[in-house]
Amino acid sequence: MLSLRALSKSFNGKPAVDRLSLEARPGDVVGFLGPNGAGKSTTMRMVSGVLIPDEGDAEICGHSIIGERVSAQAVLGYLPEGAPLYLDMTPPDFLMFLARARNLPKSERRDRIDKAIADARIANVTGKTIGALSKGYRRRVGLAGAILHDPPVLILDEPTDGLDPNQKRAVRALIARMAKEKTILISTHTLEEVPAMCSRVVIVDKGRIITDSTPDALAEGTSLEAAFRDLTDQSEAEAA
Amino acid sequence: MSWLTDPFRGWKAIYQRELGAYFGQPVAYVFITVFLVALGLFTWEGSRFFDTATVDLAPFFVWHPWLYMIFLPALAMRLWADERAGGTDELLLSLPVEVSGLVTGKLLAAWTVAGAALLFTLPMWVTANYLGSPDNAAIALTYLMSFLMAGSYIAIGAAASALTSRQVTAFVIAVVVAFLFTAAGWPLVLSGIAGLLGAGTAEALSSFSFLTHFAPAQNGVLELRGLIFFLSVIALFASLTGLFAARRRAA
Repeated sequence: MLSLRALSKSFNGKPAVDRLSLEARPGDVVGFLGPNGAGKSTTMRMVSGVLIPDEGDAEICGHSIIGERVSAQAVLGYLPEGAPLYLDMTPPDFLMFLARARNLPKSERRDRIDKAIADARIANVTGKTIGALSKGYRRRVGLAGAILHDPPVLILDEPTDGLDPNQKRAVRALIARMAKEKTILISTHTLEEVPAMCSRVVIVDKGRIITDSTPDALAEGTSLEAAFRDLTDQSEAEAA
Repeated sequence: MSWLTDPFRGWKAIYQRELGAYFGQPVAYVFITVFLVALGLFTWEGSRFFDTATVDLAPFFVWHPWLYMIFLPALAMRLWADERAGGTDELLLSLPVEVSGLVTGKLLAAWTVAGAALLFTLPMWVTANYLGSPDNAAIALTYLMSFLMAGSYIAIGAAASALTSRQVTAFVIAVVVAFLFTAAGWPLVLSGIAGLLGAGTAEALSSFSFLTHFAPAQNGVLELRGLIFFLSVIALFASLTGLFAARRRAA
């Protein structure tokens, strides 16, 4: 259960996210779309507790990210943009660090790490340091970190960015497997992924939601790309 | 649940991760080796350890503040700057841990490496006992104060590291601050200040110096004042580190 209420954030007086509200339930895979600089990453950073909103609040399974940050972060899995990782660690060491930092029960740590490694399909690179891995594998190590504690809510900032078609398919399959019981918010640039991954599409522009629909409804009679172009063009014309 | 109220939540995980980063790469080994070589060189060549008529470790301890001033900022410079440069600070801030836990874990990890370096100097103590009968209680006390002083220099280095994403910048800032805290008690500087601004000013300044508070220990005197001073310096710079690190969240 994920609930964003009038989240707002400005940088140097320029609004990046403007009273953005959104509700998502378990089973929802929300595609978060928008042009560069639309406020997608800023929104995700606020929801994950990395950035404090200027106004508004976000609740993760009923925990306010402002008032109960630690409880909210405990039930959230977050993959930051670009999947930053410790390059000097091996994937299992990195996951063990996360397991300790998240204070997962000692007896469960090994099993959870093994499961995350299997789910993210990184079993064949566990002996290498993350710095020696390709971009695709690094992204999957980041994903393994996000799902390690089996969180009910997942926030994934461009999980497939920079991956080759096979890797993209693997990530999409992983997300599809988790979709049933989790609430997932995914930002992406790649429009063709949306129908394959998402049950809902939210288009953001200039920090506001301009469309909240399903991939099918949005693409009715036209391609999703054309719909996306029209919607974001419109708001650009309004701004001009 | 106790972990829900733990104000340093996450410190142990960070401590283990940072210690692994120090010893998993050549950083810690290079640091310890170069530090020991430098300390040995200064002790023998600078203070003529074997030429003094008395058997004590004074010619050895006298160099500690000056070497710490250069070496410990180098040890601490990666602590936060590296996170910023690699974007992993975002990962840390998204974890259910407290910033105070991050600060404590990182500080303790670097302090542990410094402590390991200090342990490797114990043969000096053994040698002194072989050559004569030094005041072992006094030496133990000086070691303790030296270790606390090392923590202070590391706290300064960690705070500087949290200010920037460049390790070199962090190093330079830390050495400058560390130099001020060291040299404020240096007789050479003190006599100059006394001449310019009066003896009272010089004395007030020197009370902030690491040298001033390390001196009684070197003479075998345990001063509670010095103990509190170093612990306060660590607490002060650890708090600053926390403030600097948390800026990212409010940015």
